[in-house]
Amino acid sequence: MEYIPQILFSIILIAGIGFFAQNVKKLSRNIKLGKDVKINDNKKQRWTNMAKIALGQTKMVVRPIAGFLHIIVYVGFIIINIEVLEIVIDGVFGTHRIGLSVLPVSIYGFLIGTFEILAVLVLISVVVFWIRRNIIKIKRFLSAEMTGWPKNDGNIILYFEVVLMCLFLIMNATDTSFQSLASGNIVSQFITPLFSGLSESTLHFIEQTAWWLHIVGILIFLNYLYYSKHLHILLAFPNTYFGKLTPKGQFKNLEAVTNEVKLMMDPDADPFAAPAEGVEETEPEKFGASDVTDLNWVQLLNSYTCTECGRCTSECPANQTGKKLSPRKIMMDTRDRLVEVGKNIDTNKGTFVPDGKQLLGDYITNEELWACTSCNACVQACPVSIDPLSIIMDMRQYLVMEESAAPPDLNNMMGNIENNGAPWPFNQQDRLNWSNES
Amino acid sequence: MSNEMNVPTMASLFAEGKQPEVLFWVGCAGSFDDRAKKITKAFVKILNKANVSFAVLGTEESCTGDPAKRAGNEFLFQMQAVTNIEVLNAYEVKKVVTACPHCFNTLKNEYPGLGGTYDVVHHTQFLKQLLEEGRITMEGGKFKGKRITFHDPCYLGRANNVYEAPRDLIKKLDAELVEMKSCKTRGLCCGAGGAQMFKEPEPGTKDVNIERTEQALETKPDIIAAGCPFCNTMMTDGVKNKEKEDNIAVMDIAELIASADDL
Repeated sequence: MEYIPQILFSIILIAGIGFFAQNVKKLSRNIKLGKDVKINDNKKQRWTNMAKIALGQTKMVVRPIAGFLHIIVYVGFIIINIEVLEIVIDGVFGTHRIGLSVLPVSIYGFLIGTFEILAVLVLISVVVFWIRRNIIKIKRFLSAEMTGWPKNDGNIILYFEVVLMCLFLIMNATDTSFQSLASGNIVSQFITPLFSGLSESTLHFIEQTAWWLHIVGILIFLNYLYYSKHLHILLAFPNTYFGKLTPKGQFKNLEAVTNEVKLMMDPDADPFAAPAEGVEETEPEKFGASDVTDLNWVQLLNSYTCTECGRCTSECPANQTGKKLSPRKIMMDTRDRLVEVGKNIDTNKGTFVPDGKQLLGDYITNEELWACTSCNACVQACPVSIDPLSIIMDMRQYLVMEESAAPPDLNNMMGNIENNGAPWPFNQQDRLNWSNES
Repeated sequence: MSNEMNVPTMASLFAEGKQPEVLFWVGCAGSFDDRAKKITKAFVKILNKANVSFAVLGTEESCTGDPAKRAGNEFLFQMQAVTNIEVLNAYEVKKVVTACPHCFNTLKNEYPGLGGTYDVVHHTQFLKQLLEEGRITMEGGKFKGKRITFHDPCYLGRANNVYEAPRDLIKKLDAELVEMKSCKTRGLCCGAGGAQMFKEPEPGTKDVNIERTEQALETKPDIIAAGCPFCNTMMTDGVKNKEKEDNIAVMDIAELIASADDL
């Protein structure tokens, strides 16, 4: 009978991690639905970017208040989770505070004391975050796309963190043997009096309950990630690694188009030539993107990494002036459609059955796409190297090259370039006239 | 003031067996737009005064394809690019300077992948280099103490991380450089990029150039400096919309320098 808690703990632990692992597999499969792009260049620069931007949070502090609070929660959460290691060992082996039997009391106390201080700082920060979202109502948390689930998701994450931090402190406060060490109970000693007058066994019961709820809570939170914007705590790392290294203004040249253009420019090319022997005739490649599977896997990774902070949208000139475009919504739509496609594959035993929907039109409208000035403010603002602009451009390519659905003004402009080599109806032969004008 | 400009073409120099130090890529705005042509001329006057050996392509120049690419027409972009690259490579062009950040970005970043690799600089970078080499001198008598705010063109700033060259030049004019609340990496677009210049904006509460002009006016400037013909148009329109055109000038960096030198 005495092993029952250990067995129960192990089952919960394995189930929690196992379920998460399964979802990670799905996540990875969904991301791989994107087109393949090889990214194996500049490894050193990429690791540096990951260290600076994801680990070092350098872009978070561009906005000092949110950045500072975020660093506290981030550092607090990582460091306090060291405690989880002890909880897991205790749970599996039926020990109590195994750390005390391997570390001197002073060091153990120092560690737990640090965790306790951080727990309080995290609590304060999380409360401020909640106030920013729900009371001060900062504009970027109120956009059209931030109602319903995205709004609740943001708050649920904050509640989770409050509960986990409180459980950690209560667990320490009601642990009489830990309190009697008088080392490391730097915060919890002030919580202990709240429980004064309770019997030893009641205290033990509360301590045990807090301990169990704490670890079960962490496992639930871990599994919540997959369904939440909070995935950024993991995906920020690969996302910053695979982030764009070329100048922001450099848009990729479509290779399929290059081949066509070369053929057109080659005076020796025979447009009616049969394909060379041995070369399989493939369907001509679709230009641009109308659905998530037309995007590349980095763009899809981007969409899962987005934590909907809205810095992109608040810097967007189109959004600032009341246009429908919101770069954050572009990322959320991409992710939501990808999740939908993933579920479709799951219910249809591994193959996608067309559902009559696509990213373009059903999620993102032409109006949003045409409002973009390609100014890169959104790309610059993203604290985790997401590139909403690349998705907008890929979708514009589909609109123009597959559907000829550019706004009439732009068709005029393109007609002029084609005919006169300038976006306006001026004759190319007049290009140098300015040199003779005074 | 002399209005005489010496504007050799690549074709004429080539016929003489000469190769200029740098090709001046004028761009469509610089060639055809009445306001932008003034920038082109100001820049040429500086080049002439500094005895820079340069040439233009003239009638052999064609749109880089930037607005087509940003509008989603990759075909048209690459057709333009490949045609231009053929011309540039035929003249064995090594270095290109342009007063248009859109041409600058496209030539510098998107042409190499299609076979056209050149050392491409924006005219503010080029002017700064001339200054450092002592080939031009700048005296700011005319602009001394004037409040000048610089509007960062997206395709120069964020797109290519050039923030300091235009600012360094403004400071050389003994002017007081005042920054808008959104500047450098966080500079607000003028509203023209991404082919917006050629279409009506989507429905909204305000035009982007008005928003940006308001930010500029907050600095109480005498002059709004720009480094892009399209930004120049947008800011000029914004200033007119606010009925401030009698008090506030919108000028390109090249115009500031040429004007300081009475060119």
